[in-house]
Amino acid sequence: MNILVCISRVPDTASRILIGSDSKTIDPAGIKYVVNPYDEFGLEEALRLRTKNGGEVTAVTVGTAASTDVMRTALAMGADKVVLIKSENEPTDSFYVAKNIAELAKEISPDLILCGRQSVDYDSFQMTSVLAELLDMPSVSIVSALTVDSDKLTAERDIEGGKETVEAPLPCIISAQKGLNEPRYPKLPDIMKAKRKAIEERDAIPSEERVTISEMSILSKQRVGTILSDSDEDIAELVRLLHEDAKVI
Amino acid sequence: MMDFVLTEEQEMLRDMIRDFATNELKPVAAKIDEDGRIPQEIIEKIGEIGVFGAAFPEEYGGSGFGEVGYCLVQEEMGAACMSTATMIGAHCSIGLNSILIGGSEEMKLKYLPDLTSGKKIAAFALTEPGAGSDAFNLITKAEQDGDEWVINGEKLWITNGPFADVFAVYARTKRGITAFVVEKGTPGFTVGADEKKMGIKGSRTSSLTFDNVRVPKENMIGRDGRGFLTAMKTLDAGRLGLGAACLGAMKEFLRLSVAYAKERKQFSQPIANFQTIQNIIAEMAIMVYTTESLVYRTANDYDKETMLSRQSAMVKWVASENLDKCADMAMTIFAGMGYSKEMPIERMYRDSRINKIFEGTNEIQLGIIARDNLKRHGTM
Repeated sequence: MNILVCISRVPDTASRILIGSDSKTIDPAGIKYVVNPYDEFGLEEALRLRTKNGGEVTAVTVGTAASTDVMRTALAMGADKVVLIKSENEPTDSFYVAKNIAELAKEISPDLILCGRQSVDYDSFQMTSVLAELLDMPSVSIVSALTVDSDKLTAERDIEGGKETVEAPLPCIISAQKGLNEPRYPKLPDIMKAKRKAIEERDAIPSEERVTISEMSILSKQRVGTILSDSDEDIAELVRLLHEDAKVI
Repeated sequence: MMDFVLTEEQEMLRDMIRDFATNELKPVAAKIDEDGRIPQEIIEKIGEIGVFGAAFPEEYGGSGFGEVGYCLVQEEMGAACMSTATMIGAHCSIGLNSILIGGSEEMKLKYLPDLTSGKKIAAFALTEPGAGSDAFNLITKAEQDGDEWVINGEKLWITNGPFADVFAVYARTKRGITAFVVEKGTPGFTVGADEKKMGIKGSRTSSLTFDNVRVPKENMIGRDGRGFLTAMKTLDAGRLGLGAACLGAMKEFLRLSVAYAKERKQFSQPIANFQTIQNIIAEMAIMVYTTESLVYRTANDYDKETMLSRQSAMVKWVASENLDKCADMAMTIFAGMGYSKEMPIERMYRDSRINKIFEGTNEIQLGIIARDNLKRHGTM
């Protein structure tokens, strides 16, 4: 079974984000970039499926030349092959990313494509759906449990207030939700070996950006919580707030 | 010129260990302290991700990250849990290293793969009731009897003693001090009860007793009479790793202190506004920077095989003295909250002091540095 895993390179959630001088991009200075956490679930699931069924796991990212760091992480975690589709600027348009991944997918004809449910930088929630459309494949989103047979898969999806189980034929696209698995830590010898493995690089195909960012801004942080003292009046007020506003008691 | 930038794989190593230490170790550090032991599953996980082989060559099951990589590991471990850093240090830096530094190729191939993978845990047995700082005067005896050596004596303060599988034991023969591998379960070899300690409680320590313990002659590490040199070279590496663990703990003290100083209000404002507190934070930051520079410069020299004993002695002295000061300064900033078990400062404070004592007291380090300097007529 051949699996393609889509990886996005995103700022570590602990990073302090600042907007660049053009007001349209994030200032990369001082930011630590990591594999998008939801994509880690996708990669981990691919590695587990490979252990079970054999085959090959290819990880792909569409990004600037700086993206080799997350490609090395994918190799260290166990991907057989990594492909960096190099774009001049950091891609922000989901269609552009999907179009480029679709071209690669047509070449390698994977049985399964795994992505994260969203990329925690731009949060468009679109890439997997666009990719499915471009490849004319079924897609199942927000998957928290997955079983794959030879020609079909069964997936559990999180829905508001519950879960649903769906089936789909292969090849299929899955977007991973937290809970799908617990991603492994790369092992030290594998980190060392990843250094010696090749990262396949190719240039992104020119494709129109259908959505472009015109402006970005950061909301000023306001304290959303209410702090009360331990005086008798405040305790009474706390009970009232919990009862009437939060409606938890 | 020197380049102090980490390589891509060193950064990946540090990030991975930081994730591991933050997610798996830090949340249980207080429980490790309270229970007086590190859960077996944590030791297994540390083995699985390859931490025990970090410093060592690939042919022995390591990953070849060298001493710089090992120090990156110990820094993160020391920040999360000093008990765990101590367990790793006793296993890798001094237990396993005794065999790597002193042992024959055959011995290395026999023991190292199981130790670098964590299938077996090692310990270093040099100290005795009457031979601490004066290690050269140890009296545990080894006598040859045909193809075997017979060991008699007692060792004290052996980190990992209660659960280690492989012990590097230093004993006196007719030719001087000689090192032997003694495996757990060898008849006549017994391990004492866990010592009750002030800090690093999760790192288990015990005495060892040798009562006519017979080991085959193949278990001799290196040559007869050359053990003291092996012990000293092994401790050179140990002191460096210890410095890295101290550095991690110092960084944690600084992080916690800054966060608390910005949060804690007195006189209607955060205490971080007061110069008294700012001076403490500045001093802590200076100590972190000094120690970090020294640890990685020296680890880099170790990997290039140009490190000298006096340099690792200086790392050990600077890192442990600075850690002790940082612990006290953090306690000053946290005050009552620091003294309470509600905060990790209390545990980390207790865990710090040992670093000035073990792997050669700081007074012994000063002796090493001074004698060397006198020999060089005051030049470096």
